[in-house]
Amino acid sequence: MGITLEGATGTWEYVIGLEVHAQIISNSKLFSGASTEFGSEPNSQVSPVDAGMPGMLPVINLACIEQAVKTGLAINGEINLTSVFDRKNYFYPDLPQGYQISQFKQPVVTGGHIDIELEDGTQKRIGVERLHVEQDAGKSLHDQDPNASYVDLNRSGVGLMEIVSDPDMRSPEEAAAYVRKLRTIVRYAETCDGNMQEGSMRVDANVSVRKAGEEFGTRCEIKNLNSVRYMQRAIEFEAMRQIDVLEAGGKIDQQTRLFDVAKNETRSMRSKEEAHDYRYFPDPDLLPLRFEQAWVDEIAAGMPELPDAKMARFMKEFGLSAYDADVLVAEQENAHFYEHVAEGRDKKLAANWVISELFGQLNKAGKTVEDSPVSAEALGELIDLITDDTISGRIAKDVFADMFESGKAAGVIVEEKGLKQVTDTGAIEAVIDEVMAREPEKLAEYRGGKDKLFGFFIGQVMKASGGKANPKAVNELLKTKLQG
Amino acid sequence: MTDLTDLSIAQARDLLAKGDLSSKELTQAQVTSMEGKRELNAFITETPDKALEMAEASDTRRAKGETGKLEGIPVAIKDLFCTKDVLTTAGSHILDGFRPFYESSVTTNMFREGAVMLGKTNLDEFAMGSGNLTSYYGGAINPWRAKGDNRNLVPGGSSGGSASAVAGRMALGATGTDTGGSIRQPAAFTGIVGLKPTYGRCSRWGIVAFASSLDQAGPMTRSVRDSAIMLGAMAGHDPKDSTSADIAVPDFEEGLNGGVKGLTIGIPKEYRVDGMPEEIETLWQQGIKWLEEQGARTVEISLPHTKYALPAYYIVAPAEASSNLARYDGVKFGLRVESDDLTEMYEKTRAEGFGAEVKRRVLIGTYVLSAGYYDAYYLQAQKVRTRIADDFKQAWQQVDAILTPATPSAAFSADDPPSDPLAMYLNDVFTVPVNLAGLPGISVPAGLTGDGLPMGLQVIGKAFDEATVLRIGQSLEDAAGFDARPEGY
Repeated sequence: MGITLEGATGTWEYVIGLEVHAQIISNSKLFSGASTEFGSEPNSQVSPVDAGMPGMLPVINLACIEQAVKTGLAINGEINLTSVFDRKNYFYPDLPQGYQISQFKQPVVTGGHIDIELEDGTQKRIGVERLHVEQDAGKSLHDQDPNASYVDLNRSGVGLMEIVSDPDMRSPEEAAAYVRKLRTIVRYAETCDGNMQEGSMRVDANVSVRKAGEEFGTRCEIKNLNSVRYMQRAIEFEAMRQIDVLEAGGKIDQQTRLFDVAKNETRSMRSKEEAHDYRYFPDPDLLPLRFEQAWVDEIAAGMPELPDAKMARFMKEFGLSAYDADVLVAEQENAHFYEHVAEGRDKKLAANWVISELFGQLNKAGKTVEDSPVSAEALGELIDLITDDTISGRIAKDVFADMFESGKAAGVIVEEKGLKQVTDTGAIEAVIDEVMAREPEKLAEYRGGKDKLFGFFIGQVMKASGGKANPKAVNELLKTKLQG
Repeated sequence: MTDLTDLSIAQARDLLAKGDLSSKELTQAQVTSMEGKRELNAFITETPDKALEMAEASDTRRAKGETGKLEGIPVAIKDLFCTKDVLTTAGSHILDGFRPFYESSVTTNMFREGAVMLGKTNLDEFAMGSGNLTSYYGGAINPWRAKGDNRNLVPGGSSGGSASAVAGRMALGATGTDTGGSIRQPAAFTGIVGLKPTYGRCSRWGIVAFASSLDQAGPMTRSVRDSAIMLGAMAGHDPKDSTSADIAVPDFEEGLNGGVKGLTIGIPKEYRVDGMPEEIETLWQQGIKWLEEQGARTVEISLPHTKYALPAYYIVAPAEASSNLARYDGVKFGLRVESDDLTEMYEKTRAEGFGAEVKRRVLIGTYVLSAGYYDAYYLQAQKVRTRIADDFKQAWQQVDAILTPATPSAAFSADDPPSDPLAMYLNDVFTVPVNLAGLPGISVPAGLTGDGLPMGLQVIGKAFDEATVLRIGQSLEDAAGFDARPEGY
């Protein structure tokens, strides 16, 4: 849902396009055999190719291309059977070749789209312009020595997918939804781990503002945003800054800007005049990348069920609400967990338990389903106890809390604590009699026409039974008894 | 026994095989020669200890019955090939102290075939030049001198040190690289054979890059047969070089003496350039006659885009070079001129580290790739390149190979070279189109100028048809009977 901004001169609209750099999941780098492992000793995962040593040549790692094709298919893009790697030339110490090998004029994927779910439950389609493959640079370390900078080339040459959206987003929330959805998709496709903290997903945001219905304004690019929250804040700040400039009669200079998290502001990194002339040209060390449609078809046939398809299935076949389905599919592991719990059980009941109880507890404990103390089988067993009237839903919540704490099975806890639901009419009648005997005044009032007191008696009976009495049975028996 | 520095590779191979000669003896003779002819400045780095060690190891292998194609043959390596633990300079100050921890694929192949390395030969800085005048280590000198003239002559470039070492009897053969003529032109200037193979025949992995789409390694030897032997040891598909061709390497010696009978040889009319000395034209006519006498048919052909080859080359090659040379920035290896400021460190390092010709080409290359100029220069040059390749494809409908002069002149003075860079670039007028089209070409010494300086003829062949190129080269060599040698060497 687009959000507008009220300025002194009227209502402004956000225009946002995103460039997401997603690190490809692969054992080795895009153009060398070096490992891509994260967190290794600095400069321990470097081949002479990655270090730009004289005479070294790149060789395309087909596994990385397969990942790009997979991702391209997952975002409904067109896979180009011929694409070309170009050199993007600029000097920087962590760019050992003096150029980055990227794809400029002929990317491996063109077009595509991603559907995002908005807060009001509707969907919006965000266009994708292209997906191209490129190598990552190394990392400059400025905090090791007061007088020198160091360079770690472990990341140098690691394969990245740059996914460029159309300027289709109209609020920071939409931008956030897009990034989250893209993250979900690449995680389903297993082409990127989506870990923004480790830098495996980084976002450059192109932001401009316009009055409704007007042409696009001049944009500024905010570089290297590594969290969705920061991205939202950066976009908000940047839009406000631009509105201030425009409303004061100024104009926006096309700039590259950086977001200062501590100060919550964007700062100019370089202007259009200072922008690099990258002197792109086809890398003569690499032949054009060509592959067969049959290979693409093979990859397409091996694709896992993607989040949109899964969500649709949950809604159609399981009768889940859009909200529940969306929550469940956001992480593939969650969806798997849910499907496991729901198998052979009431789908909605299972969804409720997974979403409200399990996710609630996991969130509180800072855990994920992967390290959940309650397994899918264990949760299923608990749900079965509810369905076969062994325990009530309310008792089940206590049992679940206990399971989460102790890791014990639901049946064991119910047994140990004697929480089995009482359905024996005689036993329940005895409790009712006891309550009625204890509360003669209330009983008289009830019988005098104060119907509302029925709830009071239910509560008393349930309490006296330690919550174990079957609520339905209590309801029926109590009605008869109270009438006398 | 003949002088061991005078042996061809084929002769040495036979003597070694018969046990009449050890690699150690052969190598020692070259080492002594190399150390005695330092006035030619052919080597930037001599590696006599490594050479003798490798020779001994070769003799040991031979004793066990293990012999490769170049078993025990001492050769020189152009200092553009990265050689493990041995200083590799590319003739540039900017690679000061650079000792690679890896071995180029071509030298790896050669060493696996038993070759012995004598040292690293001089070259134009980053292989950019036609006179060996741009080397940071001073130019190599041509062992030849004009009759009655004591002035030093250039050995040609960029593989001038290799040419000088082979012509000067310091090595039985040497590796060269050829981007626009850097093997064939110095071979012609020094009276030896130089073969530029088809682009993709030899791996570029581990060769300091000048212009990636044009660079190709090849042999420089004193006979056509030796080039055939050496190429067989250098060539081969390399998965580490994406532009290396996955094509079997034939036995280039086989069929070498097959003659030219029945072949049709094209004589391109566009190679008759203005101001070309009479002697070169006469040599060319002589070459045509030799081939005809041996049963070949010659026909005039047209390669209409020839005149655009040099301008296109001097856009494409510098463009690629400007990018290839970006890695020499003072950060990782070689020279660094310290500064507190990063940009200033880059500027000072590159200003001091690169010579004038390299700077000129980096600037040209940067310019032609810049926004707003790319289409007019780089893209246009690539189109010309396609046309030139098409010219040759047209010709192959009609002919089996093409005969041209190798260079438009003989070697020139080292002390008084052309001052205009463009005049220098004209040296490559006959060789550059071959690189642009990625074809094989050989330069064979075929005669002497009136001043007694060697001149070469060039045979150009179809892609991956080095066998025919070598066969025609052999016929020319046989007919020419070129046995002149530089006085004193």
